[in-house]
Amino acid sequence: MCLSLPAKVLTVDGDMAEVSVGGAVFRAGIQMVEGIMPGDYVLLHAGFAIGKMKEEEAIETLRLLDEIDGAWQDR
Amino acid sequence: MKYIDEYRNGRHVARLAEMIRQEAARAYTFMEVCGGHTAAIHRFGIHSLLPAKVKLLSGPGCPVCVTPVRYINTLVTLASRRDITVTMFGDLMRIPGTLASPGEAKASGADIRVVLSAHEALDLARSDPQRKVIFAAIGFETTAPGTAVTLMHAEREGVENFYVLSAHKVMPPAMEMILREGARIDGFICPGHVAVITGSEAFDFIPRKYGLACAVTGFEPADIMLALLMLIRQVNNHKPHVEIEYRRAVSAEGNKIAQGYMREVFEPEDAEWRGLGIIPSGGLNIRERFRHFNAGIAFPVDLPGPADETDCICGDILRGVSTPSDCQLFSTVCTPDHPQGACMVSAEGSCHTFFKYHGHE
Amino acid sequence: MSEKITLSHGGGGRQAQILIRDHFATRFGMAGPMTDSAILSAPSGILAFTTDSYVIDPIFFPGGDIGKLAVCGTVNDLAVSGAEPKYLSAAFIIEEGFGMEQLDEIVTSMADEAEAAGVRIVTGDTKVVEKGQCDGIFINTAGVGLLSSDLVHVSSASSVKEGDVLIINGSPGDHAVTILAARRGLSFDIPLLSDCASLNRLVRRVAEKPEAVHFMRDLTRGGLAAVLNELAAMRGCGIIIDEVSVPVQEPVRGLCEILGFDPLTLASEGRMLVVAAPGEAGAIVERMRKDPLGSEAAIIGRITSGREGRVILNGTSGGKRFIDVPSGQLLPRIC
Repeated sequence: MCLSLPAKVLTVDGDMAEVSVGGAVFRAGIQMVEGIMPGDYVLLHAGFAIGKMKEEEAIETLRLLDEIDGAWQDR
Repeated sequence: MKYIDEYRNGRHVARLAEMIRQEAARAYTFMEVCGGHTAAIHRFGIHSLLPAKVKLLSGPGCPVCVTPVRYINTLVTLASRRDITVTMFGDLMRIPGTLASPGEAKASGADIRVVLSAHEALDLARSDPQRKVIFAAIGFETTAPGTAVTLMHAEREGVENFYVLSAHKVMPPAMEMILREGARIDGFICPGHVAVITGSEAFDFIPRKYGLACAVTGFEPADIMLALLMLIRQVNNHKPHVEIEYRRAVSAEGNKIAQGYMREVFEPEDAEWRGLGIIPSGGLNIRERFRHFNAGIAFPVDLPGPADETDCICGDILRGVSTPSDCQLFSTVCTPDHPQGACMVSAEGSCHTFFKYHGHE
Repeated sequence: MSEKITLSHGGGGRQAQILIRDHFATRFGMAGPMTDSAILSAPSGILAFTTDSYVIDPIFFPGGDIGKLAVCGTVNDLAVSGAEPKYLSAAFIIEEGFGMEQLDEIVTSMADEAEAAGVRIVTGDTKVVEKGQCDGIFINTAGVGLLSSDLVHVSSASSVKEGDVLIINGSPGDHAVTILAARRGLSFDIPLLSDCASLNRLVRRVAEKPEAVHFMRDLTRGGLAAVLNELAAMRGCGIIIDEVSVPVQEPVRGLCEILGFDPLTLASEGRMLVVAAPGEAGAIVERMRKDPLGSEAAIIGRITSGREGRVILNGTSGGKRFIDVPSGQLLPRIC
């Protein structure tokens, strides 16, 4: 369950934000996430930001994927 | 789209498929308990990438699938009252109850509206103070905090015509029940978006008590393949633990603020899961302090018990004991257009996704 | 207060005459006295004849309105059958209280679209119903077109065979998501316009070599998924689609991801599928790209022999799955 997608924060107004998924713009409640700024990515679910995306971790996972790819090529 | 497309890279997926093939030393069965994973697995054709040795089972993780018939009947009954508007997520519209599906009830004049969020339901209540607006609150830990925030908002503003009928469920007790009843699996693809809220810690009991592998997993194809590789390695090394594949979104402790909202508004209760029966502490009830928002208390509905049993084997499918093709109703009597059980109704139900992507071969 | 449609506009009296004369006939360029039938000279050859009713909510949307849609939809049904659209009828069912200004706007956009598409609206009808009996305005159009004998095979798909190439003229689903966003109450916004357009000029380019065109169909309700399955069932063939080559726009993708829709099942009103002989497909795409309605034309798949009647999607990430017939209405989901 639980369709949720990383969405880019466009504007913040009190406890609401406008967020964009590929250019489709939604209103999202940001009561559950602290210190949200335009440019941040949040996970959007049913009209709420339920968490903030962690860029370093995302890069780390991609690095792992690239490593797997590289290791495969070196064989 | 950032954080999405990077994890759909066909090359990464192909490499992971190779490694899985290479490292799969025996037969494995892993269960995904999240309907979102079930849908992603089918949508991205993950089955077509896996060796026959690696089997995936769909567990109970779709809140629509496990919503009891009685709940649907209650919504439909309430919506037919002239002074009541029932708001719900689109997911619920096609669920057959004993009386009618909400979609059918709407066609017969019941005031039922599809909303994308709980605050849309609250907006509706605000804009028409004469109507009583009920929000049909379904969903797991991912969705419940949003309901909680909205309810607290309504309380602060003193909105008096907004009500919530909670069928919120929590995931770990259901996973434990499946394990206690002896599901034949080697590990769990743990629900990534539930874990955003609960943290991966919520699943720590699984390796500890039951010795099974766990990977908290994202929803893109590379996520799912990487998680499967992690699970296979855990099994091969005899070192089951909770591994977070979905690190860009999930932490060990989860979203404390969201947990706080949830605790403030809801308390655990024993809850009926369609197909699984009563699960101890498997649901969320609205606390006494918010009782005037509780549609269950404000509008008591007296309904007869659940419908007669059919040949539908939803329960076994949810438990991972059977697959859709084991069911004699599947694709003959029971189709997406004429769903019998909840697994066919929900677009992410095991039977629906199986029908949609594998069809009626 | 601005003028409203009343029951007497449909009553056959003076007001009805004024409505028909001043608001419909002049805009549609119907000259001369009003007769019960349009009298037209009969062309020799084969006719294509189609009808469709339009009940869209909202009536005005980014990129068009119900009037434009009512012309394009019927023009397209004729065009993809291989016919050159000639004449249209237009019948209106209007709810009392509907604004005259809005009606004029709708009729004007019908007239404009008809002119652009090179068809004439030659006959019509108006009924006014009581408040609540319809939602603002419903329009039915029927259309007649001339079918050239070398394109008769196109609508039946009789010459579709293994190896044929599938072409689409642009991004699917823009219309469906634009409408969804324009509807009240759904709290999201999409920077898109409906793709609503008359395709007959584009079809002319496609069909320059008629024998190379084996099938055409516009992608309306059920989207690409419905048309592909219909074609596969009709011919008992298999179809393979390469997901990476289907030009879905980013906002459509984003919306689909978050609401749980499949872009391949979304309706368009100005998109078409062309099945062409493999040797000619490249040339057809080139010709399509010279037309603004085909600037994003792309080859998206091919007809196969295996998997009779099934449509397979080769996913971007390497997985394969079936594309099934869409079932039921589009309901936004959270899970």
